[in-house]
Amino acid sequence: MVAQLVRSLESEQYRAETPLFGPGDTVRVHAKVVEGTRERIQVFEGVVIRRRAGGINENFTVRRIASHGIGVERTFLLHSPRIDRIEVTRRGRVRRAKLYYLRGRTGRAARIKERRT
Amino acid sequence: MIQAMIGRKLAMTQYFDETGVVHPVTVVETGPNVVTQIRTAEKDGYEAVQLGFGLLKKPNKPETGHRAASGFMSAHLREVKADNLGDFAVGQVIKADAFAEGELVDVIGTSKGRGFQGGVKRHGFSGGPKTHGQSDRLRAPGSIGSSATPGRVFKGMKMAGHMGHERVTVQNLRVMKVDPERNLLLIQGSVPGPNKGLVTIQRAIKGQRKK
Repeated sequence: MVAQLVRSLESEQYRAETPLFGPGDTVRVHAKVVEGTRERIQVFEGVVIRRRAGGINENFTVRRIASHGIGVERTFLLHSPRIDRIEVTRRGRVRRAKLYYLRGRTGRAARIKERRT
Repeated sequence: MIQAMIGRKLAMTQYFDETGVVHPVTVVETGPNVVTQIRTAEKDGYEAVQLGFGLLKKPNKPETGHRAASGFMSAHLREVKADNLGDFAVGQVIKADAFAEGELVDVIGTSKGRGFQGGVKRHGFSGGPKTHGQSDRLRAPGSIGSSATPGRVFKGMKMAGHMGHERVTVQNLRVMKVDPERNLLLIQGSVPGPNKGLVTIQRAIKGQRKK
């Protein structure tokens, strides 16, 4: 009973539509950022290295290689109203759910094969 | 205006506010509460409203008698403060919308019982060293007093004993959302007691913070 109620309370806050994506996929996350009084949209593009938790707390981590080869990871709440839109740009073929091994790899070794369907 | 209500802690979850910041919230089933009795200065020497919450499965005769006028066989009764007693009548139903979104409230509950606990858990003692020739000292309380003077242990010395299951008040929690249809309040932060525990929600006694 209570579990159902909490689920319905949480589902009221879900985002209208989320594309299907998982670890290994490359996504563009359009995040809203507040600069002073102005709000603008910033795009963060990279490889999804994990999706975790469920319900309203469901979140995912995107890893991208910034300038000078510095790896940057950012974790987003899937249902956060601060995310404007999520685009999937590439599907990757991977064999595990959490791609932490990418952290230790650079350059060609960190590539992920594209999944063809 | 009623100053407090009786409710039941249901569960915790998360809530996004209008700026998109996520907050931990406790879901509290707040009411419906029914007015079961009104305490007046002339008759009782003080002013209060007695509220009922929940339903008794098998009310006995005295319980039935007391609740008959209100129309509900309430399981839990509490007296709470109220402004303008004239606004209340026995049998009146009060719903969760007695509270407003953004308002600060205090929540009173009975904390989770921890049973008989030692000093480390109960009072935050550091315990003793793990090594350097120690035996049986890891979670020991240390010294509990002096020797022949005073020759006794002072009253109130922090020692092992029963922990939890006591009345706890948490002040100044914000009401994030009010759902009058389902009689729910989403209250920011945690609230004393286990899920399904009975709690009293009152308007913050320290007053409302100005925005």
